[in-house]
Amino acid sequence: MGILEIKNVNKRFGGLKALTDVNLSVAENTVHAIIGPNGAGKSTLLNCLVGKLIPDTGSVMFDGQSVLGRTPYEINQMGISRVFQTPEIFGELTVMENMMIPCFAKRDGSFELNAITSIASQKDVREKAEHMLESMNLAEKRNMHAASMSRGDKRRLEIAMCLAQEPRLLLLDEPTAGMARADTNNTIDLLKQIKAERDITIAIIEHDMHVVFSLAERITVLAQGTPLVEDIPANIKGHPKVREAYLGETQVA
Amino acid sequence: MDAIILQLLNGLDKGSAYALIALGLTLIFGTLGVVNFAHGALFMIGAFCAVTLSKLFNISYETVDPTRKDFLGNPLKIKEPYLEHWFGHDLGATLIDWAVPLAILFSIPIMIAVGFIMERGLIKHFYKRPHADQILVTFGLAIVLQELIKHYYGANPLPTPAPAALTGSFDFGALIGFDPNVVIYPYWRLVYFAFAAVVIGAVFAFLQFTTFGMVVRAGMADRETVGLLGINIDKRFTIMFGIAAAVAGMAGVMYAPINSPNYHMGMDFLVLSFVVVVVGGMGSLPGAVAAGFLLGILESFASMNEIKSLLPGIDQIIIYLVAIIILLTRPRGLMGRKGVMEE
Amino acid sequence: MLGLDKKDFTLLLVVAALVLLAPFILNPFPADSAMAQFNAGYPDLMQRFVIFGIFAIGFNILFGLTGYLSFGHAAFLGVGSYSAVWMFKLLSMNVIPAIILAVIVSGVFALVIGFVSLRRTGIYFSILTLAFAQMSFNLAYSVLTPITNGETGLQITLNDPRILGVSATAEGGIPVTNLFGLEMRGTEVLNIGPWAFQFNNGYYLCGVIMLIAFYISIRIFRSPFGLMLRAIKANKTRLNYTGLNTRPYALAAFVISGMYAGLAGGLLASMDPLAGAERMQWTASGEVVLMTILGGAGTLIGPVVGAGFIKYFENIFSKINESVLHGWFSFLPEGMENGVVWVTEHFVGPGWHLTLGLLFMLVVTFLPGGLVEGGQKLAGLFRRKSKSEAPDGAAQKHPAE
Repeated sequence: MGILEIKNVNKRFGGLKALTDVNLSVAENTVHAIIGPNGAGKSTLLNCLVGKLIPDTGSVMFDGQSVLGRTPYEINQMGISRVFQTPEIFGELTVMENMMIPCFAKRDGSFELNAITSIASQKDVREKAEHMLESMNLAEKRNMHAASMSRGDKRRLEIAMCLAQEPRLLLLDEPTAGMARADTNNTIDLLKQIKAERDITIAIIEHDMHVVFSLAERITVLAQGTPLVEDIPANIKGHPKVREAYLGETQVA
Repeated sequence: MDAIILQLLNGLDKGSAYALIALGLTLIFGTLGVVNFAHGALFMIGAFCAVTLSKLFNISYETVDPTRKDFLGNPLKIKEPYLEHWFGHDLGATLIDWAVPLAILFSIPIMIAVGFIMERGLIKHFYKRPHADQILVTFGLAIVLQELIKHYYGANPLPTPAPAALTGSFDFGALIGFDPNVVIYPYWRLVYFAFAAVVIGAVFAFLQFTTFGMVVRAGMADRETVGLLGINIDKRFTIMFGIAAAVAGMAGVMYAPINSPNYHMGMDFLVLSFVVVVVGGMGSLPGAVAAGFLLGILESFASMNEIKSLLPGIDQIIIYLVAIIILLTRPRGLMGRKGVMEE
Repeated sequence: MLGLDKKDFTLLLVVAALVLLAPFILNPFPADSAMAQFNAGYPDLMQRFVIFGIFAIGFNILFGLTGYLSFGHAAFLGVGSYSAVWMFKLLSMNVIPAIILAVIVSGVFALVIGFVSLRRTGIYFSILTLAFAQMSFNLAYSVLTPITNGETGLQITLNDPRILGVSATAEGGIPVTNLFGLEMRGTEVLNIGPWAFQFNNGYYLCGVIMLIAFYISIRIFRSPFGLMLRAIKANKTRLNYTGLNTRPYALAAFVISGMYAGLAGGLLASMDPLAGAERMQWTASGEVVLMTILGGAGTLIGPVVGAGFIKYFENIFSKINESVLHGWFSFLPEGMENGVVWVTEHFVGPGWHLTLGLLFMLVVTFLPGGLVEGGQKLAGLFRRKSKSEAPDGAAQKHPAE
């Protein structure tokens, strides 16, 4: 049993079949990549996992519990954090404030009206945020407005904010999209380091084969809304079906 | 039954006004993506176009008739409007009598000009600003326009009658088999409804059957793509703003005989029209029209004595109540499209 | 100090000093001089400064922090006023129970309206609040007349069945509002030379309450709750994907700002015990939006500055008339004088609203951050200048938020 079990998921938009009989199992503490050409249904699948879309049929279980019908914040509370293709951070706030928000947020998402205590007095939260920033090399930018940072830094901040919640499953949606090669390599190293340091399952949707083969322990190839093959990276590279799906798109390997 | 038909008819003219204003609001919102709080002011300016033309037509010169005396014993002053002087008594008097319908012709160029100036001078700087800023700046503009009107025309309502031939009532009940004088309906309101139907039809036909309209509709659906095709959509949108202003203005002109124009009529109608737009669904033209008539008629039914005695005060709040219920049950309004005004 | 950092505490002290010394500061011209019309140091206007300051501070907690633009906040002010007047009619002329009831009732009212309105965001939220406020306004004028006294407005009469206190004074007059016997209308006049400074009991009560309200708002701004509210404005999606439902936070902000509005309404009624439905009209809601934007939404001091600015100019501009203008411009040649007066008179007297509307447009267009941001930019400009002139740069004080 994987930590994430997707069974017979179908999703259509009007006449368009976005997902057809998707079955996928992500084992705990692995890095699982989902790849596929444009329009293969990768993003639709991801949106079904986080509660933004609801599949027409099928089930999505996280750690034995169904995620279907729950709102994004409830799914997050179960231990799933999501990193967006375009970094979703609090642009108007400073980097430090960005980092403190997940540190303040309770795991169960319960509402707290601590309207009178000052942030400055919350030593443990500040220390935790500070620590996270240091581990991501963002400490010296703590007073910058998050919106004014480079894309690579925004990505790092977003990942740091997700990790501060200590999620069990981290979903990454094309984390290196639009990045320069150097930034891409930094992100790969960062993700490797994250994986080495903690017990975490990472599911990554990616277009860039370089990223996928550097990180993934298992790969699922999605084409036209349905999984084509699932295997370890070494077997995927030369797989004829994959070559076929990708023909003319990207050089595999 | 007769009471129901009467209320249905009564709801039509108010509904027509709501529909016309909401149509313009939606056109502006759909094409330019701007929430225009000054749209009610355009309606008001239209009504004052009618007032102005009727005043202009009545400008008179005085002659003194020494053969007759007034009650103080002074020579009697006779006023004669220039129009009657120029065109002869009959034609002049007819023109004066028909000032309100004629004001439509007078108002169209004025409203289009006002619309162009508003869009080029102010609104276009707010396309990329948050909706809150758009609301606030047009709210400020609405105050300015309303105060200017107040300054020049005073705070009191200015009665502006319909042509004498259309001031009577029409016994609608007798037509469909009720007793005479049970369901009577003023002619002018009927005219208003017919007029609104024609304008709405014309706007839809324009959008549906002309190339210009096609591009605008495409722009409403997906502005960026149309921009990529190299079509100068901005210019068309400016023209759309002028058209929306003209529609609001004409609605105002024709409404002048129903309710004497005053400087705050724009604000009064604006609040309701926004509710209408939201109920119809932000960005949906048919929704705006349908919701306009629906709410006008509901409001009219709620003011029936039988209903008021059952639910006191319902006539005052029915529109808001409906809006709240619709927004909570159908977040996008009756016919709203997905993705419009949603974060 | 008081749980604030040094900068915030200094700001609080400055505001406190301004409030306490207002009768002097706002009265710079001798009583019989030509400039006396620019004085604002009389009780009625000073009370309005601080009361609308409270209203705007509260509105800012909602709009400035969360970005939810409510167009119906005047309804809470009106409800507060009605509650307070009823307390005067039924219980006592002491203002304390009246103010407490005003805050509680408007809080409950805000909870109900906020619960429904906050199910939507953006413009839909604005329209929903507007709809609720107009509904309350219409009801206050019609069916709720037994409670609101319709168009006349709710007033104190000689036959009020007051439980604690008398229906009429021994002289047969209507009793006045007081704070444990201290009459709200009581005013001490201090004559120094040609100046007449007025110290009004009601003003000082309102002033102290405003300081408390301002202090609480600083604490909210600096709290984790305030951070969450700013996060709502910055990015709702990320907050959702951080496991948080934004609605309770926004609702709490809505209720708090509604209670501030109720407090302001209660104070208005305490200074002058009558309440009318026009206080709930949407133009009144627009006014508080303007105050907040003009001063600077999302800043601490902005709303207070905006409220003071608008109430001051409303008062002064409304008093200026044609003859005053002719007096001012009499140094010009006659033709030009008439022209200038003709143009200017549009903007003064009853034309004040025109000025207000123009101001609204100008601020939103050119100064979206409001006067406070404008002041900061100006201060920044000067600082850069003085720095380039004197490289050692004496420690410049930070501009207050």
